[in-house]
Amino acid sequence: MAELDQFRADTRAWLEANCPPEMRQPMKSEDDACWGGRNFRFQSDAQQRWLGVMAERGWTVPDWPTEYGGGGLSPAEAKVLKEELRAIGARPALTSFGISMLGPALLKYGTEEQKKRFLTEIARGEIRWCQGYSEPGAGSDLAGLQTKAEDAGDHWIVNGQKVWTSYADQADWIFCLVRTSTESKHGGISFVLFDMASEGVSAKPILLISGYSPFCETFFDNVKVPKDQLVGELNKGWDVAKYLLGHEREMISGMGLGGGSALLGKSVGPIDDPLLRAEVAAFDVDALAFAAMSEHFLDQLKAGEAHPAMPSMMKYAGTELNKRRHELMMAAGGSDTLEWDSERTRGGKPAREWLRTKANSIEGGTSEIQLGIVAKHILRLPGA
Amino acid sequence: MTLLTDDQKQLQDMAKSFLAEEGTIKQQLRHWRDSGCKDWFGHGLWKQFAELGLTGIAIPEDKGGLGLGTTEAVLVLEEVGRNLTPSPFLTTALAAAKALEGSAQGDRWFPGILSGDTVAALAVDEGRSHAPERTTLQASRSGNGFTLSGTKQFVVHGASADVILIAARTGGSASERKGLTLFAVERNAAGLDVENVTLADASKAARLTLSNVAVDADAVVGEIDGGWTPISRALAAGRTGAAAELVGLATGATEMTIDYLKARKQFGKLIGEFQVLQHRAAHLYGEIEIARAATYKAAELLDSGSGRAELMVHVAKAKANRSAQLAVQEGVQMHGGIGMTDEHDIGLYMKREAVLGRLFGDWRYHAGKVAELSGY
Ligand SMILES: Cc1cc2nc3c(=O)[nH]c(=O)nc-3n(C[C@H](O)[C@H](O)[C@H](O)COP(=O)(O)OP(=O)(O)OC[C@H]3O[C@@H](n4cnc5c(N)ncnc54)[C@H](O)[C@@H]3O)c2cc1C
Repeated sequence: MAELDQFRADTRAWLEANCPPEMRQPMKSEDDACWGGRNFRFQSDAQQRWLGVMAERGWTVPDWPTEYGGGGLSPAEAKVLKEELRAIGARPALTSFGISMLGPALLKYGTEEQKKRFLTEIARGEIRWCQGYSEPGAGSDLAGLQTKAEDAGDHWIVNGQKVWTSYADQADWIFCLVRTSTESKHGGISFVLFDMASEGVSAKPILLISGYSPFCETFFDNVKVPKDQLVGELNKGWDVAKYLLGHEREMISGMGLGGGSALLGKSVGPIDDPLLRAEVAAFDVDALAFAAMSEHFLDQLKAGEAHPAMPSMMKYAGTELNKRRHELMMAAGGSDTLEWDSERTRGGKPAREWLRTKANSIEGGTSEIQLGIVAKHILRLPGA
Repeated sequence: MTLLTDDQKQLQDMAKSFLAEEGTIKQQLRHWRDSGCKDWFGHGLWKQFAELGLTGIAIPEDKGGLGLGTTEAVLVLEEVGRNLTPSPFLTTALAAAKALEGSAQGDRWFPGILSGDTVAALAVDEGRSHAPERTTLQASRSGNGFTLSGTKQFVVHGASADVILIAARTGGSASERKGLTLFAVERNAAGLDVENVTLADASKAARLTLSNVAVDADAVVGEIDGGWTPISRALAAGRTGAAAELVGLATGATEMTIDYLKARKQFGKLIGEFQVLQHRAAHLYGEIEIARAATYKAAELLDSGSGRAELMVHVAKAKANRSAQLAVQEGVQMHGGIGMTDEHDIGLYMKREAVLGRLFGDWRYHAGKVAELSGY
């Protein structure tokens, strides 16, 4: 305990000295996030410095081993760091699919070379990843994917199409599910990594109802992928894919926390309507209870005590909660929140974010799919 | 919350096997209900609670108790809820014990609680809704002591209790916390009329009528006019405990329901194969786990004396009430006709939920407090 207190004191002092004041201001929009990667342009010196000092300490990925660029912190220390960062309102130094999705999968399934190379690049914010899972014919039924990789000796040739690939137009590399055998549905999938600058890769942005355009149609036309870029065993990519999805769902479940902000009833300002006040109060009960659950879930995960299907329960609960939060924010804000591009609303932030949350219960597997997973793997209901 | 310690897990296992063996619906709830017992619970079982040390769970070690926290009581109450075990554990061993902490009245009543001979009840509600600040039962000074006049209701185990802790007004104005005083009154005190009322779940709660009940000054628990301190301590523990019992109840009802989904066939299939029921069951599962985490968190914050405890206790009681409500409603519905019969146990869960959900304030009361405490 005393050691942890010391760690907290040291961390607090270090953050005080090293976190630039600009990086303690709340983010104005998704654009303020630091995604890293070779195409990333820093919005400010402060943002670049913040990433630099954090990466130097391995604190962009505090609980990864130090040999792969991590901080080597224990679960308890990582939790303290998180609390101290939250206490000063620090922005994440780095946000990336590498950290929240691919990294954990590489730590478990990657070769030593893959770990040395990619994990270190991820930790330093030098590489930005996108996720090539969904296809036009394979959404919820992901294992029905058709993009194929054919053996060409020392490399594969990949052909096919992905869809809804978030940030494919900005990413450096893709982690991608491909079919390497048609003999079995789940047992014919492999997990590969490749450079989005490879010949034959193209990405076309798709506009969302929010007016944002973060995802793409992605096409592969005879793309050469070296064989050492296979993760896990050939035709066993489904295991890697599912493991990664668990981490993705864990990350998305964090949406339920609403950015760790104050209670909704406090943040929306005075509420005159008693029916709305009651709805908001009922929401805040659910949100605070969810936050307790989230903390408990993360502690269980770190201790290796969480049921493998718990991320599905958390993803379902957290995303449905976040959708409700934004419905109530729209209600509380009245007709102001309908404005789409006014200065007053910072470019229609309330409405655009409200619409964006509707994707929460679709991306990473829909709510219906999560409920199915809970029914099958936790409740063990028949035929689920 | 942080994870349970090894000691806590051990206690949980002990409570689990004790109540699964001795506290079953058949042996306890149905037995006492169907035999028309005036207490609703068995004194033999209460003695067993005592032998295991559980009646002293929240009583300080230097007073002979286990000196554990609300967290440990919560672990026991989950098992009580799961088996619908009738016992005065929540009111006596948790709420009353917390109210009596550090008082001379504690020294008087703890030995009996520890040995399983004494039952203590908490009398707060006056109207049909829970509103402790609005206590009007009057305590007037007379000679060396006080005389108490007024009414109370929903006093769980009131007619079985040896001592009833009664919230009364000695000063301040209506709805003020200041000016409340908590009195320990013996059940057979002159002028105290106790009507033993049977509730929907067969449990007993008393309506009290006090007509100039005379008590000595030493009947005061804590300070005169400062009764809010022990009252709120008892309520915080009682609400968290009721939340835990509700979480346990929801767990028990849902286990029963899931088993039924795996056994009952219609249309040539197990009904658990129907996706519409699978999804509702999965949703319910999540709601119960969230309520459990909120309840553990409230207990943890209470035990560490955190300033956030009060808020989280309201959250826990509200969430547990709603999740348990969902569990019993879905439980009865998914059982079909058999769920409506007295012979089947699922309906007993529904009735018990209705009582525990309201005890120390229902979810609307607590959601309102969350709003109030947060300043909106
Ligand atoms: C904003 C956003 C970002 C995304 N980013 C990425 C990304 O970066 N990479 C990537 O690979 N994918 C991404 N996706 C894709 C996402 O994973 C899929 O949209 C999702 O898995 C659902 O697939 P679908 O769109 O084909 O819907 P469908 O599978 O066609 O589902 C349609 C409806 O049917 C329901 N349904 C389907 N099957 C069942 C069933 N068995 N039981 C009950 N109901 C069912 C679904 O729940 C849904 O309501 C993203 C999606 C969004 C919205």
